Amino acid sequence: MLKIDNVTMRFGGVVAVNQFSAKIDPGEIVGLIGPNGAGKTTVFNMVTGVYKPTSGDIIFTPNGTSQSIINLRPDQIAQIGICRTFQNIRLFKELTVLDNVFIGSHLRLKSGIFSSVLRLPNYTKQEKAMYEKAKYLLEKVGLYEEKDEKSFSLPYGKQRRLEIARALATDPKLLLLDEPAAGMNPQETQELMEFIENIKEEFDLTIFLIEHHMEVVMGICDRIYVLDQGAHIADGDPLEIQNNPKVIEAYLGVD
Amino acid sequence: MSIQEFLQHLANGTSLGSLYALIAIGYTLVYGILRLINFAHGEIFMLGAYIAYYGIFFTPLPWWLVFILASVLTGLIGLLLEKIAYKPLRNSPRITILISAIGASFLFQNLGILIFSGRPKAFPAPAFLNGVLNIGGVSVGTISLIIPVVTIILLVLLTFIIQKTKTGMAMRALSKDYEAASLMGIDINKVISFTFFIGSFLAAVGGIMWGIKYLQLVPHMGVMPGLKCFIAAVIGGIGNITGAVIGGFILGLGEIMLIAFLPTLTGYRDAFAFILLILILLVKPTGLMGEKIAEKV
Amino acid sequence: MKDNKIIKYIICVVVAIIAMIFLNFVLDSYKVRVLNLCFIYIILGLSMNLINGFTGLFSLGHAGFMAIGAYTVAILTMTPEMKEMNYYMKPMVSFLQQINMPFIVALIIGGLLAALFGFLIGAPVLKLTDDYLAIATLGFSEIIRVVIINLQSVTNGALGLKGIPQKTNQFFVKLLRDIFGISLSHSINLLWAGIGAIITIVFMFLLMKGSYGKAFKAIREDEIAARSMGVNLFKHKVMSFTIGSFLAGIGGGLLAVSLGTIDPTLFKFSLTWNIILIVVLGGMGNINGTIISAIVVTIAMEALRFLDEPLNLGFIQTPALPGLRMVVFSIILMTVIIFKKDNVLKSTLVKVRGRYAKN
Repeated sequence: MLKIDNVTMRFGGVVAVNQFSAKIDPGEIVGLIGPNGAGKTTVFNMVTGVYKPTSGDIIFTPNGTSQSIINLRPDQIAQIGICRTFQNIRLFKELTVLDNVFIGSHLRLKSGIFSSVLRLPNYTKQEKAMYEKAKYLLEKVGLYEEKDEKSFSLPYGKQRRLEIARALATDPKLLLLDEPAAGMNPQETQELMEFIENIKEEFDLTIFLIEHHMEVVMGICDRIYVLDQGAHIADGDPLEIQNNPKVIEAYLGVD
Repeated sequence: MSIQEFLQHLANGTSLGSLYALIAIGYTLVYGILRLINFAHGEIFMLGAYIAYYGIFFTPLPWWLVFILASVLTGLIGLLLEKIAYKPLRNSPRITILISAIGASFLFQNLGILIFSGRPKAFPAPAFLNGVLNIGGVSVGTISLIIPVVTIILLVLLTFIIQKTKTGMAMRALSKDYEAASLMGIDINKVISFTFFIGSFLAAVGGIMWGIKYLQLVPHMGVMPGLKCFIAAVIGGIGNITGAVIGGFILGLGEIMLIAFLPTLTGYRDAFAFILLILILLVKPTGLMGEKIAEKV
Repeated sequence: MKDNKIIKYIICVVVAIIAMIFLNFVLDSYKVRVLNLCFIYIILGLSMNLINGFTGLFSLGHAGFMAIGAYTVAILTMTPEMKEMNYYMKPMVSFLQQINMPFIVALIIGGLLAALFGFLIGAPVLKLTDDYLAIATLGFSEIIRVVIINLQSVTNGALGLKGIPQKTNQFFVKLLRDIFGISLSHSINLLWAGIGAIITIVFMFLLMKGSYGKAFKAIREDEIAARSMGVNLFKHKVMSFTIGSFLAGIGGGLLAVSLGTIDPTLFKFSLTWNIILIVVLGGMGNINGTIISAIVVTIAMEALRFLDEPLNLGFIQTPALPGLRMVVFSIILMTVIIFKKDNVLKSTLVKVRGRYAKN
């Protein structure tokens, strides 16, 4: 599905990510963990086209055919099936909850701006389907009741779920979740884990996630990559990672 | 074109470039710290010239003292402008503060028309400044030689302030990383006020010298130089003082040379800066000396 | 249910048009002119709001786009004789000299030309951050003015153009005469600007209701999120900017006809400034607010003209104070913007209720 091949990201003199490689197979849930400032979000930013890696390549294989995505813009990457959520929630604040999700499917719209203004049948049919889908997704994440509220008025946990719904509206093959459980209590976290498993099955997704809550990572990830100071230090299944001395060292700072 | 004529144009271009550089510094300092285009900066330039005008007419003070006091007073007006029009909006969307800046610019212009009247005023420059020097067949206005000298002195002073003093260091820290600097206990308000004071002071010096050179004051005299100097700052790489100075000289010399070599294009003189701007933005959007800043996601 | 609504809207539009024709006959020519200006400023306010309010870009080039529309309409509709009288300093380019088109065709060409320039200026600059757009558009509108002043054989330079045909609805006049047997002594000037305003309002509502309008708003709210959701920022910004420029060109063309005389000084930055005032008072991204504020600002600008003239308050007489009117408006703008702070999206003049408030 996704192959990150030896990527390095350098900002001026700072090396944020150093020769990182990873491979994600279709249908997997893969975790990316590491201490603060390890470069996890930078990896996401490179995969979604926000940053262009200084060196290395990223190959995406949505349906048999592979292509390098490092030269694509973020919107082109969303178009071919990679979508994400943000660590520091980025909703369209002044827009309603429903519109936030609705915009997620704008990229699949096949009508021009003038058919939308003239409300030609070809457009209205698509618009109706987009709204249906948005409503369905809102039901799925349990926000249907709030669909007409402005998104900034939602409580924090619901905003996170709304971001996931918005990302799902783009029909991704690969979903990147940046700390989906941040700020959630144990019960919400438990629900989130079930929710992630659930959408993975229903929408046939592959999921790549950054998380600090170890119970989430250990609970749902098939495999885990560990970053420390921009460098790959370990990968493997949850059990291996838990017992890897290097990982323990990175987290506890033993020297 | 004879070599004498060329040298004459060169002197003219250098003095115009110096004026542009002085004004451009104000834009670049403010933009570096607040990421704000201070649209009212051109009007500050205009105010400097008018205050000096009234100072000469209505006070018995010698002209040099009037010029210094007028520049200081204009600096204070710039400082006050920030307190009233920009400070309340510091955490608002950027478009809000830009509109406030445009509002302030327009307010100053119309206050100018109301108070100073829209009719042009002749700047009462001391006679010896208006003299013409003849050096080896090249006749150059005295002021055209004085302007670059004053500019260089001020630039040296500014560099000293920014590199050596504590406030200067705080200014640099703020423009590098606003949030981190504010967490380090820098008194942001003080530094911003100081920045506006310095920028406005330099603009006022520019305005006064402009008055001596071109002899005429009108309330909208700041509009074109203001826009051009912002462009100069962008060309040099906004936020970078050296860049602003280089940009100012490129624009000033470019404008004069354009007219000198292609006199048919004289009418398009004011369009030159904007065309240069668009070209620069296409080729090197960060300007000549600017660094690319990675966006935070 | 849905058809009902459409019928309601159609009735509204028909009533509005009849009202316009009626007002055109009842009001004196000065009031008709002010009303005409109101309609024009509605178009202009909405066009700027599309760019600045809905898409979150910051364009300051409206006066330039208006100048393109205005000059196109003037040059294309003036009769060859009229042109000869105008271009006495330097004769006009001959093929333009001979051209003479119906108003509506000229108006649309004017809009399209403005849109073309919008596209050409927007395409390079919209890739950069908003500040550059502000300066580049402002610069562009100054360049347009410089070009107009210098291109004498096309635009008549600083002299401007006088005698732009103001009877622009000969078609309707003829229609009324032939079908209803009503012969009119004067033309129904309000109709063009009025219909233009109605079309613009309907256009804006429909645009904002649809997917593209919402994508514009998404860009305004958060560019990074919008593009990660697959919204092609550049394409959408260019669309918004080009449509806005088109409408500005239309507004400029209508203004030229309404004034009958244009010259380069008309299209200075202060013209753009008036529109910014309308947009700020009406609320960024607020259609209803913009309409009301366009009307209020236009009428206030006219009504407060006395401020610039000598005042006679009976017991006290003041000399003429040119500039006072614009000082008042500048203070209003600054007060509003400083007190509203983050709420630039809210209208100052109206409390919007219902459906649109949620959009």
